[in-house]
Amino acid sequence: MQPLVQLDGVSKAFILHLHEGVRLDVVSGVTFAVAPGECVVLGGPSGAGKSSLLKIVYGNYSCDSGRIWIRDGEERIDVANAEPRRILDLRRHVMGYVSQFLRVIPRVGALEIVAAAGREGGLDPQSAQERAQEYLSLLNVPERLWALPPATFSGGEQQRVNIARGLIADRPVLLLDEPTASLDARNRAVVVELIERKKKAGVAIVGIFHDEDVRDRVATHVVDVTHFAAKAA
Amino acid sequence: MLNDLSQAPLLSVRNLTKHYGERLGCADVSFDIYEGEVLAVVGESGSGKSTLLGLLATELEASAGSVRYRMRDGVTRDMASLTEAERRLLLRTDWGFVRQDSTQGLRMSVSAGGNIGERLMAVGARHYGKIRGQALDWLERVEIDRGRIDDIPKAFSGGMRQRLQIARNLVTHPRLVFMDEPTSGLDVSVQARLLDLIRSLVSELGLAVIIVTHDLAVARLLSHRIMVMKGGRVIEAGLTDRVLDDPHAPYTQLLVSSVLAA
Amino acid sequence: MMTRASTDAAPEAGYNFAYLDEQTKRMIRRAILKAIAIPGYQVPFASREMPMPYGWGTGGVQVTASILGGDDILKVIDQGSDDTTNAVSIRKFFERTAGIRTTTHTREATVIQTRHRIPEETLQEGQVIVYQVPIPEPLRFLEPRETETRKLHALAEYGLMHVKLYEDIARHGHIATTYAYPVEVAGRYIMDPSPTPKFDNPKMHRMAALQLFGAGREKRIYAVPPYTEVRSLDFEDHPFHIQTFKDPCAICAATGVYLDEVIMDDRGGRMFVCSDSDFCEERRACGHRGSMLAEAPAALTGGNTHA
Repeated sequence: MQPLVQLDGVSKAFILHLHEGVRLDVVSGVTFAVAPGECVVLGGPSGAGKSSLLKIVYGNYSCDSGRIWIRDGEERIDVANAEPRRILDLRRHVMGYVSQFLRVIPRVGALEIVAAAGREGGLDPQSAQERAQEYLSLLNVPERLWALPPATFSGGEQQRVNIARGLIADRPVLLLDEPTASLDARNRAVVVELIERKKKAGVAIVGIFHDEDVRDRVATHVVDVTHFAAKAA
Repeated sequence: MLNDLSQAPLLSVRNLTKHYGERLGCADVSFDIYEGEVLAVVGESGSGKSTLLGLLATELEASAGSVRYRMRDGVTRDMASLTEAERRLLLRTDWGFVRQDSTQGLRMSVSAGGNIGERLMAVGARHYGKIRGQALDWLERVEIDRGRIDDIPKAFSGGMRQRLQIARNLVTHPRLVFMDEPTSGLDVSVQARLLDLIRSLVSELGLAVIIVTHDLAVARLLSHRIMVMKGGRVIEAGLTDRVLDDPHAPYTQLLVSSVLAA
Repeated sequence: MMTRASTDAAPEAGYNFAYLDEQTKRMIRRAILKAIAIPGYQVPFASREMPMPYGWGTGGVQVTASILGGDDILKVIDQGSDDTTNAVSIRKFFERTAGIRTTTHTREATVIQTRHRIPEETLQEGQVIVYQVPIPEPLRFLEPRETETRKLHALAEYGLMHVKLYEDIARHGHIATTYAYPVEVAGRYIMDPSPTPKFDNPKMHRMAALQLFGAGREKRIYAVPPYTEVRSLDFEDHPFHIQTFKDPCAICAATGVYLDEVIMDDRGGRMFVCSDSDFCEERRACGHRGSMLAEAPAALTGGNTHA
């Protein structure tokens, strides 16, 4: 099966101009592929560049060299060299990103945030609304909170709204950056269940999971990012 | 909308340059913008961002370079080749301009309804009832009480004036809107509400927007792409979250590090 | 019947014919010709100092002075009346400087200089009506920049004019502009008809006489050639209409004419009478009697009953 995500020699360093041009090497020569229905978990200690790598794939961080191929139907797009609007189009239709943090516009209610994400991801308004309700219920966000803006929610509640928002649309590629951190066991199980559903639907997932139990349950295989630590110059 | 990747750019800018005598206004600015895209031009005062906006809006004459625009009939034309009449028609139908200073973007002694209706009347609307109906409709869309339709902008708060400017510009369904610091000088809560409104209108109407701002938070909230200007030149450009989260140019790093987390 | 038509008299010594020197008159005539060629377009001209203050019709006087010939017969009206100070002094001015005949009868005049009215009697081919104009720019109050208003005229961008009418309806429920009501001339230029009541606007449409407009302080001349389309601006759902009056003229019983309100006393007594004094007099001369003719002050009836 053709991979949906394929990294080929991806390297990245930060140059800190405000600090005498210090160069921080992040990763070097990262190469792996993710087929439909696979979940590749990025492994390695914190600081190994797992999160940065995920952001590079999403186009949030630039890529110094190498290729990041994302399959979009018949096309293969290289995120490392694509125009901004092409990347935005990929984000809308092809790849979703779920971070640990909910970053939303104030004043919009939780249910609407989730439904809007569904509509933006291509669901019709009716099914976006229904699925938003379904996901919020599954993730145990109390119904009395649905109409309220999540700014006032607890950290766990916010994160669950964030997961619902990140998973609601049917995008073929998902990037998950510790979506289960600070969730209790019951809700972790729900997330694992949702990830399994996505895999069955043929979604290619790249994820970071600190929780070993979750990692073992969802990983098709693990890519140890320390193998791609940049060689000292 | 953004998903139509096959379409030609709406506006195509190449090597746009402006000298004020010896002084450089801006130099060698090139970019494309498509329908549905919001481009933020950020930089400090004197960076050339206002000059660039003036050039794009044909309020200034370029020293060199070109601005090409895809007209409603699908034909892309060089702005410099348009007759004065064509250019002005474009400005009041297919383009909009929301200004920082509302007294420059509104007729302060004309009622809210008259302000909104002006563009309609300029393109030949001659039915009072219908013009008024559209004005009411737009007041509602920009969240101004319909009962204020006959009030003059002098009686409006700063936030309301900006929303009225937006209504006045959008009534002819323009495809390209310029915004010059539309939220500066407003209270934070008023600013947030205005940004929400702009965001939703932009995505609902599929507008192309070029917004000049010194406020990175505004750029992050509204724009898809950013161009950072300094000393009249574009020093960094790209996807908004890429430029703000992974700034490359020393100056961009300075800008980003100078603001509290947005 | 009284007649105020003067007899031929030689112009007063020391003045050029009709006061202005020939060079100036030629310059003004060129402006007039251009104005006639571009109906409704405001032609700049080098307005001269006249021996009267601005606001007293210096523009109209210069236009009149430039078109008068020795055999012209001049009528001057102010708000419809031949008897006001302004009308009398302008008439005197041309009697003395041009030695021409003057008249109060509309039919008799070849040139009619007017402030604020068009005579009730239909003007004929060969007649010229000269309007005194204080502010020639109809867009002035909406757009103060002259550079911009000129551009708006050049590009026929007249949306603003309708904004003004929109504001009227929004404020008053109807178009409340009752004088200086803007018109479109020959399907092109928007023109200020001078501060005539909108009642007179329809008379400008396809008028047989030549209409000339002079603004002295603003240094503009414009014109409407005979038989030119003149359309009053309006909205489809608020069409233009003229003022109507409930009762006929109180002293000559005329209907369908423009009436002035005259206060009779300090107890609320008032009457409505023809604004066009010559028209009113002629009707009375023909035997028409208004309901209040007996009570009318002598100043309105010319001091006799025209039996």
